[in-house]
Amino acid sequence: MVRMKWAAALAAAAMLGAPALAQDKPKELVVGIATFLSGPASVFGVPGKNAADLLIEELNAKGGVLGVPVKPVYVDEGAGTNQLLSEYRRVAQEQGAQVMFGAISSGSCNALAPVAEDLKVVNVMWDCGTQTIFEEGKWKYSVRTQAHAGAEMMSTLLYLMKAKPDFKTIAVVNQDYAWGRESWALFQAGLKALKPDVKVVAELFPKFGAPDFSTEITRLSALRPDVVLSTSWGGDLDTFVQQAAARGLLKQSTFVLPLAESSLERLGNVLPEGVIIGGRGDHYWLHPKHKNSPEMLSFVKKYKDKTGVYPIYPTFHMAQAVIGLAKAYEKAGQATGGKWPSKEQVIAAFEGLEFKSLTGTISIRSDHQGLEDQLLGTTKRVPDYPFAVYDKMALYPGKLVTTPLGEKSLEWFAKVKPELVTDTSIETFDYAK
Amino acid sequence: MPPEMLLLAALDGLAYGSLIFLVAVGLSLIFGVLGVLNVAHGSFYAIGAYVAAAGVLALTGMGLPPWLAFPFFIVAAVLVGVIVGGLVETLLLRRIYGKEEVLQLLVTFAVFMILEDAQKVVFGVQPYFANAPMNWLGTIEVFGIFYTQYQLILIPTVALLVLVGLRLFLRRTAFGRAIVAVTQDRDAATAMGIDATRVYLITFIIGASLAALGGALSSATTSLTPGIGSGMIVLSFAVAATAGLGRIEGAAVAALLIGLGRSVAVYFAPEFDVLIPYLIMVAVLLIKPEGLFTTVQTRKV
Amino acid sequence: MARQLIIGAGLLAALIIFPLLSPWSTVILTVALCEGLAALGILVLLRAGQVSFGHGLYFAFSAYVVAFMAAARFGHEVLILVPVATAASGLLAALVGLFVVRYRAIFFGMLNLAISMVFFSLLEKLFSITGGADGKRVPRPTLAGISLERAEFELWIFYITLGLAVLAALGVARYLLSPGGKALEAIKSNETRLEYLGVSSRKVLFGAYVLSGLLAGLGGAVIALVSGHVTPELAYWVRSGEFVFIAILGGVGGVVGPFLGALMFQIIRGYAAVYAPETWHAVLGVMLLVIIFFAPNGLYGLMTGRKPAGTGQ
Repeated sequence: MVRMKWAAALAAAAMLGAPALAQDKPKELVVGIATFLSGPASVFGVPGKNAADLLIEELNAKGGVLGVPVKPVYVDEGAGTNQLLSEYRRVAQEQGAQVMFGAISSGSCNALAPVAEDLKVVNVMWDCGTQTIFEEGKWKYSVRTQAHAGAEMMSTLLYLMKAKPDFKTIAVVNQDYAWGRESWALFQAGLKALKPDVKVVAELFPKFGAPDFSTEITRLSALRPDVVLSTSWGGDLDTFVQQAAARGLLKQSTFVLPLAESSLERLGNVLPEGVIIGGRGDHYWLHPKHKNSPEMLSFVKKYKDKTGVYPIYPTFHMAQAVIGLAKAYEKAGQATGGKWPSKEQVIAAFEGLEFKSLTGTISIRSDHQGLEDQLLGTTKRVPDYPFAVYDKMALYPGKLVTTPLGEKSLEWFAKVKPELVTDTSIETFDYAK
Repeated sequence: MPPEMLLLAALDGLAYGSLIFLVAVGLSLIFGVLGVLNVAHGSFYAIGAYVAAAGVLALTGMGLPPWLAFPFFIVAAVLVGVIVGGLVETLLLRRIYGKEEVLQLLVTFAVFMILEDAQKVVFGVQPYFANAPMNWLGTIEVFGIFYTQYQLILIPTVALLVLVGLRLFLRRTAFGRAIVAVTQDRDAATAMGIDATRVYLITFIIGASLAALGGALSSATTSLTPGIGSGMIVLSFAVAATAGLGRIEGAAVAALLIGLGRSVAVYFAPEFDVLIPYLIMVAVLLIKPEGLFTTVQTRKV
Repeated sequence: MARQLIIGAGLLAALIIFPLLSPWSTVILTVALCEGLAALGILVLLRAGQVSFGHGLYFAFSAYVVAFMAAARFGHEVLILVPVATAASGLLAALVGLFVVRYRAIFFGMLNLAISMVFFSLLEKLFSITGGADGKRVPRPTLAGISLERAEFELWIFYITLGLAVLAALGVARYLLSPGGKALEAIKSNETRLEYLGVSSRKVLFGAYVLSGLLAGLGGAVIALVSGHVTPELAYWVRSGEFVFIAILGGVGGVVGPFLGALMFQIIRGYAAVYAPETWHAVLGVMLLVIIFFAPNGLYGLMTGRKPAGTGQ
């Protein structure tokens, strides 16, 4: 074992000596993927990994990236930040990964961005949502192939204003960590600008992974707010919805659950009609415009055959990262005349890149932030599926709801205008079989 | 805050405290008899929950009535206790009773790490829930607020039955008295002909079954995700330590205290609800080092 | 003693050369040294028969002190940050120590666990101050006034940590041989006899506790520097459990043990992360069982064939 380690070390040392400019094609393109393989967030991490396996296999069958097969190497984000950082480094330095996908948690993305800069490795932030990454920092080697929390919360707010314009009170029940706190801060800033007379009757931040929301539900039952917002996800969201449903709370207030797309199938018949839901982007396997496209039909079928469930938003985020990477290499390859591009050339190709995802078009801004449309809807029960589906859908163009280049989301939210609610570029759809 | 809200907060704390009690009392019992602080106890809770949920999903999937879940909870708890708990005791712990405390602790820590991954491999990472038993029992209205009968009545009743049952078992049956004898003086008990090996094994199985029962009951109200065991273990440590290790009635009072403290905190100071169990534990240990319900013993020279 | 020196010197030589040959390993080795330092603190307490399941507290406290000071640009310098943070956790250990040295065995362990969990919960709860569960970024400070690139910075930090670890190991070895150290062993074997001799066992344990807090604090300060990011997870009970794990894995017979254990821990974890990314916990768990049942004196015990201290040589 020790000898293997030495050999690997020597190989890595030799590799580091290689020049960084346009090179000969490598035998394979190693892509390190940081994702949650343990802990509660593996509800996103493992579907992400499954999707990556599937998509990369497909990509390789079509000749890989510029004729080079892609080889994924996984790193467990659930092992804690310190372990993640050293694993990330090992994959980049020892296993020679030219590209890293990192990561799901905003905390991990914040920690990994400076490391990617120092290692000079292309870092695709494939799922994390914090808007602060590119608003407060400039990262040459990192790029995000999906929207950020600003776009997600703005579209949620606009949808709520359209669907239930006359609400007077709101309560929030978010998980107690950065996402729960930041998403509420954004939403609240926008709400103040659009509807200053709304009263916030309770702000509850139960512990991440809390097994019991009885007390929170009792408080909400007593307060009877018109709207209950929760940006929770995974097991926390399932538990909260279940316990709230059992005690009749879902019928008392309008629930707004911007991440519920990822729980729809699991929640089955627990989720009633009339709940406002979203999925952190325009992805939905029954997307009104793309559900019958050959790519979507093939992806949904393959994913369902492999895992037994329908794909959820992290799998679409992964698809965007994989497709985006392939397109960036193609674009960079054209610039170098077919030669294998350097990492710097790949990252340059990302800037201004536009590519088709499974559910729309992604374009990468000059600050490396992706523009992605946002799809929200209201639950409806239909005989076709044993779980709720999207109805009364609204598709918000990425450009409309994403904080403009150079501005900070919190400030932009504070000056949002009511006209945005009825902007003509918003498309609407009803459920159709 | 109107007084009825205080009552409502108390009702919320009841179910939560009852679940913690079930897990903590098993931990406390095992420590009292074996002298081992079982870190893997949280895993028994988690496995009990997963097995129960899988069973209930299978039952309802076959179209059987949901009330069958209740006897199944007991079956699942005993199965987990006998199979998982029994294996851990006979294969690992039994070989290490003579060794240092820290080694015993670490054996259970290792078991905890292995079982955490075993759950993932067997049950996957997607949140798992089986709420049919909770919905079947329906709701009850208190001051205009709906509570589930499952949480408000069933769970606390089970906890009460376990408390009374354990008391009767330990005081009235021969085997129970043997357990108490071993707790008080291991050497004397063996000298009097009590089979300590058997007492250890059965105590460990009972303790593990109680944790699994707590898990089984929780499976109807909460989603099961990887890591539920590690959160529960620290809470039940807090209860067991607050009560005084090995104290059954004490565990009930401490669990209730922590359950109520937490829900009152959600009303008055929601920022501090997670701190409550630890603050209670630190405060009690600082004032009464051996726990609330322990009489001081003379130190062995 | 001679054997201990040979093993120590061999380990030291390997550690000095390795990072030069494989640059990616610098950080992993530094992390191993930090965990080794914390485990060395656990070893000191184990000599007195006491197990702390809460030394993540000092590890995390020191790491957060570094994070706050570095972010505030106050003393944005390694040579200031590390001593200040270490001293701060020593101070905290002295404060907590005043209470916990009155307790023994399981209660000592529990109280440490509870206090560290209070700290952990506070780090998660006080989002606006600590950044909550996502933690805080630690901007890379200067080293002796010089701003370095990451690779050079990491290499320097590694050698500095190595030097500090050697000093700490030698210091602890001396301490264990001193009357104070011998009194520590007496707490384990027969505390009452110690008291009859007129030695205050609380004072002895207090000294050991502060020392262990300082060692864990030193490890935590360095880990904040090399990770560039701190999270509450540093204070979680599983992390504290790992320190005890490492101490036992390496063996408590000599001060080299915890470092051997920490290296082994990192190597196993590294390999498990590659070949069994979804079950690396279980791999570590099995390894721990193997050590406990087949080599209860740890790696160090395997190398020296010695029985652990305190069982009467």
